[in-house]
Formats: sequence, structure tokens, C-alpha cells
Amino acid sequence: MSTYLKPAAMLLLLFTLLTGVIYPALVTLLAQLLFKDQANGSLIMDQHNQPVGSALIGQAFSGPGYFWSRPSATSPYSYNAGASSGSNLGPTNPALIEAVAGRIAALKAADPDSTAAVPVDLITASGSGLDPHISVAAAEYQLRRVARVRNLAEPQVQALLKANTENRQWLVFGEPRVNVLKLNLALDQLGGR
Amino acid sequence: MTSQGFLQIGIYLTALLLLVRPLGGYMARVYQDESVGLNRWFGGVEKLLYRLSGVKVDQEMRWTQYAIALLVFNFVSFLLVYGLQRFQDMLPLNPQALSAVSADSAFNTAVSFVTNTNWQGYGGETTMSDLTQMLGLAVQNFLSAASGMAVLVALIRGFVRRNTGVIGNFWVDMTRSTLYILLPLSLILALLLVGQGVVQTFNPYRAVSLLEPVSYQTPRLDTAGKAVIDAEGKPVTETVQSGQQTLAMGPAASQIAIKQLGTNGGGFFNVNSAHPYENPTPLSNFLEMLAIVLIPAALCYTFGVMIGDVRQGWAMLAAMTLVFVSLVFVAVPAEQAGNPAFTSLGVNQQASEQQSGGNMEGKDVRFGVVNSALWAVATTATSNGSVNAMHDSFTPIGGMAPMWLIELGEVIYGGVGSGLYGMIIYALIAVFLAGLMIGRTPEYLGKKIEAFEVKMSGIAILISPLMVLAGTAIAVMSDAGKASVFNSGAHGFSEVLYAFSSAGNNNGSAFAGLSANVPFYNFMLGLAMLFSRYWVMIPVLAIAGSMAAKKTVPVGPGTLSTHTPLFVMLLIGCVLMVGALTFVPALALGPIVEHLQMSSHAAMR
Repeated sequence: MSTYLKPAAMLLLLFTLLTGVIYPALVTLLAQLLFKDQANGSLIMDQHNQPVGSALIGQAFSGPGYFWSRPSATSPYSYNAGASSGSNLGPTNPALIEAVAGRIAALKAADPDSTAAVPVDLITASGSGLDPHISVAAAEYQLRRVARVRNLAEPQVQALLKANTENRQWLVFGEPRVNVLKLNLALDQLGGR
Repeated sequence: MTSQGFLQIGIYLTALLLLVRPLGGYMARVYQDESVGLNRWFGGVEKLLYRLSGVKVDQEMRWTQYAIALLVFNFVSFLLVYGLQRFQDMLPLNPQALSAVSADSAFNTAVSFVTNTNWQGYGGETTMSDLTQMLGLAVQNFLSAASGMAVLVALIRGFVRRNTGVIGNFWVDMTRSTLYILLPLSLILALLLVGQGVVQTFNPYRAVSLLEPVSYQTPRLDTAGKAVIDAEGKPVTETVQSGQQTLAMGPAASQIAIKQLGTNGGGFFNVNSAHPYENPTPLSNFLEMLAIVLIPAALCYTFGVMIGDVRQGWAMLAAMTLVFVSLVFVAVPAEQAGNPAFTSLGVNQQASEQQSGGNMEGKDVRFGVVNSALWAVATTATSNGSVNAMHDSFTPIGGMAPMWLIELGEVIYGGVGSGLYGMIIYALIAVFLAGLMIGRTPEYLGKKIEAFEVKMSGIAILISPLMVLAGTAIAVMSDAGKASVFNSGAHGFSEVLYAFSSAGNNNGSAFAGLSANVPFYNFMLGLAMLFSRYWVMIPVLAIAGSMAAKKTVPVGPGTLSTHTPLFVMLLIGCVLMVGALTFVPALALGPIVEHLQMSSHAAMR
């Protein structure tokens, strides 16, 4: 048996060293040298060099003067970046339909004059619970409300929205989208609350 | 489906197929011990590894010795992963001071990673210390993948050799797979991913301020740390306001690269590749999706080169790709159609340049419906099991496509190594069936297929349906099994069926609503993973041994060619027939019923 046990144990030990220590250490070293910002979480810094969030991790917004992010199923609060989670509600689960109806009601209550159909991503929970984006449609749906609450002209907000819209990557991959935190930070810079 | 959707799927398939030949040829050189460019770098390391562990490179093994070496190696790996989890609270590199993992969960996770399943009953960022992730889980990502590749290479040698008792040296095959294939590819992919925003750091979790503070309800605790109960017996809650967000981080990129390349799939974070720190951009998504299928697809070409007839490899790849593409065009349109219950609520689910539309519950905006559904098909066609969207929230048909792909036995590309050796087993069944029809002794690649090989193939093919169907039946008949179900009705049944399909075919993805981190499921699914991994590997090695001992028969007029479109269709027919006959009754009780419920419900409104 030792003809098997020795190579098994030794190779496991050596490969643990190689793939479990040297490999991640090498990747970390190169990552920190080549892509320092990305490797450390793509943080957004304010003028005092304090982090105000990550460009990749969404935050929750409920004030009518901000663009709202997508619903999030993390607990105990939305957008808990320490415990990512989706809702896992099945498509025929009554709890899902009820939650969606509630979210539509909240959106309508914040903007009673709106008659447009609500874009689907704005009333469904993301897979990660940390989705930093909403669709362009979901941003435009909220544009009038934000402009009204902040006493800004709609074209002004529209311009900000456009500046914070990310196209398909390399014009092909993924979907066009709006980074909600970046857009709201830009809105606050503009003032008007 | 939109033209953008077709374009993205088209680019994906093209990129994949273009990479098959260069990588497949490279891997063939590695396994045939020919010189590759990396010898200069790793040749010395390789020799050192052998010397330190007492491996004699030219000492080849009989199939039984090969199997024992594999099992012993996997067993000591299991012990290490189990031990690391049980003692992580006393070990270093635990910045979040996470406690030791429970015995049943540690058993399940250790089995899961050693068998290349990477089923995750736990949430990564809240359970596993950095040390456990690095020395336990990430190492097995390499070694379990290398074990699968070694078994495939041994089987190929069985066909190539004649009149011999030996099929290669497990230690050498495993070492070369890791050193020359998995490690360099992972290094490249990890750096590409960090460039896109995947985190790679040993710093503790980072707190950042929120633009708008959140308030939430939390149970009030007394001074002893116990929840306070009110007069009605309910826990008292209090409203807490927080102006901070804690960003979970860690050395993720290095682990994610190998989790995709090695068809492992176990994520660094709870939501796996849906987490923006694991999969931040559409490009990272494309690269990861490519990495999932890359090695299993390229191994088809490796197979062709090694047996000296690349047409045989292309035939395998063609069969796999045809099934894959068909299922993509089941899943994507089903998800794009959206949820009829939302339409009546006044929700816009139409795809346009402004939004991806469709069923967005459980999906992230940067991927949209197309890349989420395409990923679901890729990750289940292979035995990867990482997810970028929550399969539990897929539409019934959109979720059935991935579930059925798993149930086909993980042979549509399948796991690294294991996918192709599974498909070769189906090829043996196919030539056997054809042989019965035309009344001749079946042959494959110049070897006669006789009773022993057919029996072994039978075991390899039937073990996973047994695990899946018996396991599901036991679970839905027991209270412990039913207690974990999250969604009720037909969908709840699908959750259980998916869990056993996933474990019983070493995939690892889940309908994650199921609370699987309980002793019942940790134990049952652990057993399913063990049996379905090794009771395929051992018969495959037995076939390898028996093939190597046979002489080669020359091609005659009665030989069925196994590289023709006709054979590709026969092969697909065998895979689909076994998959359909075995699982359609079970699927009818889950996704199919739910689909009918969903459409009839919508029609009534």
C-alpha cells in the first residue's frame, strides 16, 4: 500500500504548495502590479480619497430624488455585499408575483402621473443581489421623477444619464446598461435637491 | 430572440471551435510526452516532483493499479479538505474569524471538491476561511480535474495499444495535466479576469460609506445575546440604520480561473459567477463561458490525434456540439419569452435596444437574458456547475434544458476528461447496437467490443440514473427531504430532482432555493457524488485495461465507420434515448407540469 500512499501524500503536499500557495501568490503579485484598482475592488473615491462605494457593487436607493437600483434579495438588508444572494423564487411562486406587484405599486406611488409599462429588470431581484446596473429603459422610466423631485430640467438629467450609460462591451458583448451608483453620484454633484 | 442575441451566441461558438485544434494538439503533445514550449520552464519542476514523491516515470501501471493510485490519491485529498474545514478556526489566514464547518457539511464539501462536482451547500464568503479556500478547495479544483483527464488518457491508450497489460502511469498523467495544461491556462485567465475587475487580494473585507443609508429590521438581543421575545411569543425587532456597506473580497481571480477551466464550478462567493467581483463585465462573462467548455471540447481533438485518426475526434465534437446548440435554442427563447404572470401586471418584458427584457428574476443586467441562458446551457452541458444567474428562478422550460443536459450524463462536452470518456462509453453502446442490427461483432477504433466491455459500459451508464431517481424518490418521500424545499408544488419537486441530478452527475449547480446544507442532503448528495464519480471511472479503467490487452483488428468491409455523419446521428440517438427514456417521467412531474400551470394560469387572466 505504501507504494501508493507515499506518492499520493507527497504529490498532494507538493501540489498544495504549487497550486494552493505559489499560484495564488503569483496571481496576487501580478494583479497588484498590473491592475491595482481592479484587484482591490474597483472602489470609487471621493475628493478626500475616501471610498464611497465600488463601481461594481450596487447600493440600495429609496429616495425619489435618486435613481433606484434593482430589487435585491440579500439579507438582512438589500445590497448587503457581505452575503450575496438571489431570491430563488420560482416563476410560478405566488410570493414572486406578490413581490413584483408591490414593487410596481411603490414605483407608481413615487411617480403617480406615469403611465408607462415598468421595465422588467426594475421589479425583479437580480441574481447576485448586488447588481450595480439597471437597463437603459429602467433609467428612462425614472428620469421624469428624478428631474421633478430635484427641480432639474429633464434634458439636463438626460445628459447625465447618457454620460453614465455603458454600451455593449466591444459593441457586441452583454447588454447596454446604466451604473446606478455612478449616476446618482453625478446627480449629487449637480446639486438641486 | 434579437439579432444581437444570435450574434453573441455565434461569436461564442466560433471562438470555441477555433480554439479546439491548437489546444487539442498541444494537449496531445503533452500526453505523448513530446516536447512542448513549457518544458523549459516546468521540466525541472516536473522531475523534482517525481523525485521527491518517489514516482518512477517509466513504470507503467495495469488498470487495477491505475485505479488504486487514483482512489488513494483522491482519498488523501478528501482527508485534507475535510480536516482544513473542521479546524479552520484554529488555523491562520482566517481574517473574518469564521468558525469550523460542521461535520456533515465538511463531508459533503470535501466529497464535492474531490469528485470535481463542486456542489456548494455553504455560502463562500460567510463560511470558508481564505486558507480553506486556497489550500483545500482551490487545490482540488486542479487535482480533481487532472484526475479526470488522467482517466481519459488511460482509456485512449487502451485503444491505441495492443497486446499489453499496462495503460500508463497515473502519477505522471495527473502531474502533466496540472503542470502543463491547467496551471498555465489558469494563470493567463486569472490575469485577464483581474483586468476586468475580478478581485485578487489578501486584505480583509472593506467597509465603504453608502450614498443613501439603509434601515432594516433586526431581532433585538438581550445582554446575553439572545433574541428578546414579546408577549405573543414573537421575536422583538428593532430598526437599525446603517451608512456602511461591507465589501467581501479575497483572492478570487486565481480560484475562478481554475474553477471554470477545470469544469469545477465552485464559486468564491455565495452567488458564484453572478457576483460582480467574480464576473464583473460582459467580457469577463464571455471569457469564463469560453473557459467552461474549452478543455472538454479540445480534448476531442486530443483524442483524435492520439489514436491517429482526427476524424474520430471531430465526430465526437460534432455530436456534442449539435446537442449543445439545440438546447441553447430551447433555453434562450424560453427565458426571452418572460413570465406571463408579469405581463398582466403591466410589466414590459419586450427585448429592445433599451433593455434585454424577458425573465430577469435572478439575472443581472450586464448579462441579460441571452448570456444568462447561454451560460446555463454551457455550465450544465459540461459538468462545470458555476452559475451567473439563479437557475431556480428560470422559466420551467428554461430551467428544464440545463437539468436535462445534466441528466444526459455530462457527456455533451462534459467534465474535463470525464465528458469524453463518458461519450466514448456511449460510442461503445452505439457500435454494440449497430452490431446487433447487422449481426456482426462490434468494433470501435480497431478493437473488438465484447461482453466484458458492454457490461462495464452498462454499469457506467446506469449508475447515475440510479443515484438521481432513487435519491429523488427517497427525498420526496421523507420529511427531512421535503423540509428543505423552498418553492412549493411542481417547482419544489424540480428543486429536489435538480439537486440529485446535479450531484449524481458531478455537475454542482443547483436550484438554490433548496436548503441543502442540512445533514439529510449533505449525506445523500455526498453519496450520490461519490458513487457517480468512481463507479464510472472504475469501469472506464477496466475497459481501458481490457482494450489494451486486445489485438487490433484491421478495417474490413463489415466495419462500421465511426467518423461519418451517420454514426454521429447514431451516437446522439443513443445519448438522447437513454436520457429521455430514463428522465422524461420525472421531468413530467416537475418542469413540464409547471410549464402547463404557468401557461394555463396566464390564459385564464
